[in-house]
Amino acid sequence: MSIDSSGKDVSIVLCGEAGQGIQTVETILVKTIKKSGYNVFSTKEYMSRVRGGENSTEIRVSSNRVIAYVDRIDILLSLSKGSVSHLKNRITSDTIIMGDEMHLKSLSIDEYDLLKIPLLEMAKEMGGVIFSNVIAAGVIASILNVPKIVFESCIQEIFLRKGEEIVKKDIKAGMKGYEIGKELSDSGRIDIDIEKNSDVLEELLLDGTDAVGLGCIAGGCKFMASYPMTPSTPLQVFIAANSENFDIIFEQAEDEIAAINMAIGGFYAGARSIVATSGSGFALMEEAVGLSGMIETPVVIYIGQRPGPAVGLPTRTSQEDFNLALYSGPGEFPRIIFAPGNFEDAFNLSQKAFNLADHYQTPVFILSDQYFADIFYNQPTFDLEGLEVENHIIKTNSDYKRYEITGNGISPRGIPGFGDGLVVVDSDEHEENGHLTENLDIRTEMVDKRLRKLKEIEMEILPPELLGSSEYKTLVIGWGSTYGPIKEALDNLNKDDLGFLYFKQLYPLHSTTFKYLNNAKKTIILENNAQGQFADLIKLKTGIEIDKKVLKYNGMPFSVEEVEKNLKEFTEG
Amino acid sequence: MDPKVFDVEGADIAWCPGCGDFSILKTIKDTLAEMEISPHELVFVSGIGQAGKLPHYIKANVFNGLHGRSLPVSTAIKAINPELIVINVSGDGCTYGEGGNHFIHNIRRNPDITNIVHNNMVYGLTKGQASPTSQRDFKTSLQVEGVALEPFNPMAIAIALNASFVARAFSGDMKETKEILKKAINHKGYALIDIFQPCVTFNKVNTFQWFKNNTYYLDESHNPHDREEAFKRSIETEKYPLGIFYINNDNKTFEESLTAYKTDKSPLYQRDMDMEKLKKLIDSKK
Repeated sequence: MSIDSSGKDVSIVLCGEAGQGIQTVETILVKTIKKSGYNVFSTKEYMSRVRGGENSTEIRVSSNRVIAYVDRIDILLSLSKGSVSHLKNRITSDTIIMGDEMHLKSLSIDEYDLLKIPLLEMAKEMGGVIFSNVIAAGVIASILNVPKIVFESCIQEIFLRKGEEIVKKDIKAGMKGYEIGKELSDSGRIDIDIEKNSDVLEELLLDGTDAVGLGCIAGGCKFMASYPMTPSTPLQVFIAANSENFDIIFEQAEDEIAAINMAIGGFYAGARSIVATSGSGFALMEEAVGLSGMIETPVVIYIGQRPGPAVGLPTRTSQEDFNLALYSGPGEFPRIIFAPGNFEDAFNLSQKAFNLADHYQTPVFILSDQYFADIFYNQPTFDLEGLEVENHIIKTNSDYKRYEITGNGISPRGIPGFGDGLVVVDSDEHEENGHLTENLDIRTEMVDKRLRKLKEIEMEILPPELLGSSEYKTLVIGWGSTYGPIKEALDNLNKDDLGFLYFKQLYPLHSTTFKYLNNAKKTIILENNAQGQFADLIKLKTGIEIDKKVLKYNGMPFSVEEVEKNLKEFTEG
Repeated sequence: MDPKVFDVEGADIAWCPGCGDFSILKTIKDTLAEMEISPHELVFVSGIGQAGKLPHYIKANVFNGLHGRSLPVSTAIKAINPELIVINVSGDGCTYGEGGNHFIHNIRRNPDITNIVHNNMVYGLTKGQASPTSQRDFKTSLQVEGVALEPFNPMAIAIALNASFVARAFSGDMKETKEILKKAINHKGYALIDIFQPCVTFNKVNTFQWFKNNTYYLDESHNPHDREEAFKRSIETEKYPLGIFYINNDNKTFEESLTAYKTDKSPLYQRDMDMEKLKKLIDSKK
């Protein structure tokens, strides 16, 4: 068969049980594909268990860069009996189902396009069932026309730490698969022809977590205190892994409350600090968000969103915690909320978050989610030109007052032990010198001072980005991780009256929002929550009620097809 | 050094007349002056409660944070800048109640900080409810039949967790308290000093005289390096021992264990982001 009539894009899904090594196959393939000069994208969905269940990874190989999930499955590599039933809604008569007889035997050839390969038998001959993964990776690498040598070197790289013996066996297994794949291509059973692009070779291959993590380092992050919680744990792992190299302290706190109080203490002592958490963990941190606002000691907060309330669906995705971030903490104080939708923004906004937090002495949020944190794709290298860790710390004089009343509300921030002054911060209402007061006039002055910073912040809000037609009649609105699927759907529809307004900064809301929405005949928003949280903020701030809300909250991201279908119906309806 | 160095001009002290907090404040100032510690190298970190207000009455760097959350803050400040002397001061409710989890894990973490806990066995700021250290049958407006819970024993818990320095003092004995406090501040590692103090307004049971009658000092026969002996002393309640229960010099401090200080001892705020290393890290993703 020939995959996808356009020949520009093939979608391969690997499905099996947790602990079977799907992740290894994914890692080998994604690396191999990228190193062969193909655009690659991958996303995974998994159950909250260490062994068993059904987990799947989608890998898209394409001639043009794609950064979104599609429902379509061209090739399914089934590594468990339950794979096909797990993915039944996405399997069509065009899907080639590849796998061992043992896993496919209950399926009818009248119903499915089955491609049986004795993976288990071959693996056993090579020393164990575990090698079936690498054989399968070889089959796929080969049908994708990945050069043998690239594939081999990737296996070598990935299994290096397991020792020479294992590497040898894995290479042998991989080559066996490669031969089978070649036979399939030569016989015409499978014919894939994706165009290569030599630029890809020079690009980065990373996931959403890496992009944020690199941005944090570029932002001068020196301290992270956190408590493990899916899907924010990978960022904690990233920072911990790079801590020695970048003079960063990583500490696993006893709970989220300790984590954020540590981070605020870290900023107070002069180290740019961050916490990483998810919804319920962040709920525990809320009180300290108010502390940061009150004592004007910054903190950067990364929230990897997942469906709630409470524990919800631990390993799935959502955009449900925007309101939680927006309204967290008692009292009134400024804050900034970013929600990057692509890796470039993830890197730049994470970098910027530290500069802004330090400058405005207030909490800054980076909202991500399980989907975004876990997707991989190739990305041109980040532009470091002009990136700067701005210095917002002053050397104090003996008459230093931490909360000096100023015109823009920003009081120069000193740190203990640097200069002749003393740095006094207090969670109670306080005087300019930082000591507590119950003087109600000072109270009013201090609230006004803190909120004047919001006016300053408003002068440098990142505007929403308009994609598609500037002469739009229909305007699609999205934020954060819906960027990928909406953009691809927009490209596919290619309509000259359709625009996409992408928000990467959610709060404060940029003042052009009204104009963009007001210029549209019809507006539609897509959000991964059940109530349209961002649509509500837009209504609150602009008075405009968005005409249609497409809300998905089953824990899965929007697929490109789903967005396309919704946009088509909406524009034609 | 003159203890007046630590006076805060025009401080409006919110404590009741006769409160044990006054003598603790004076003892701390005297101790710091005798140790020739300057206000600039000092950070006082506190939570909420009457004891949590103490840093406002002493000239130093101050972080008066949230109820129960001072220890994570102290830990971070010391980790980011080990050149600072960090003294965490708060009450029994803040440290052992609201902040109980942090208390436990902070002992395990062992930052080089001093933790002064004002222990008057009652809540002062919220007006007289039971604290974790309130004794059984202590009646309050909320514990109307009297406290039914086992009193929290900070000495026993700290020793059980192999804390680095564990001591108890009495606010009425300023000279003795000063000597213990000096040792606590000089000690490398986490030093807990729980200070018994009367609450003249809300605790009519554990009064100044009660503490006098129900405490005694550990004498020279007590070996603070003997953990089992220290634990035995810590669970005595007929009369409560005062002094240094336990010293454990075996564990590294939290800061010593951090790779950030393996070769470079400078505080983190003095270190810049290394752009070349960042470029390399980004390139490694190719």
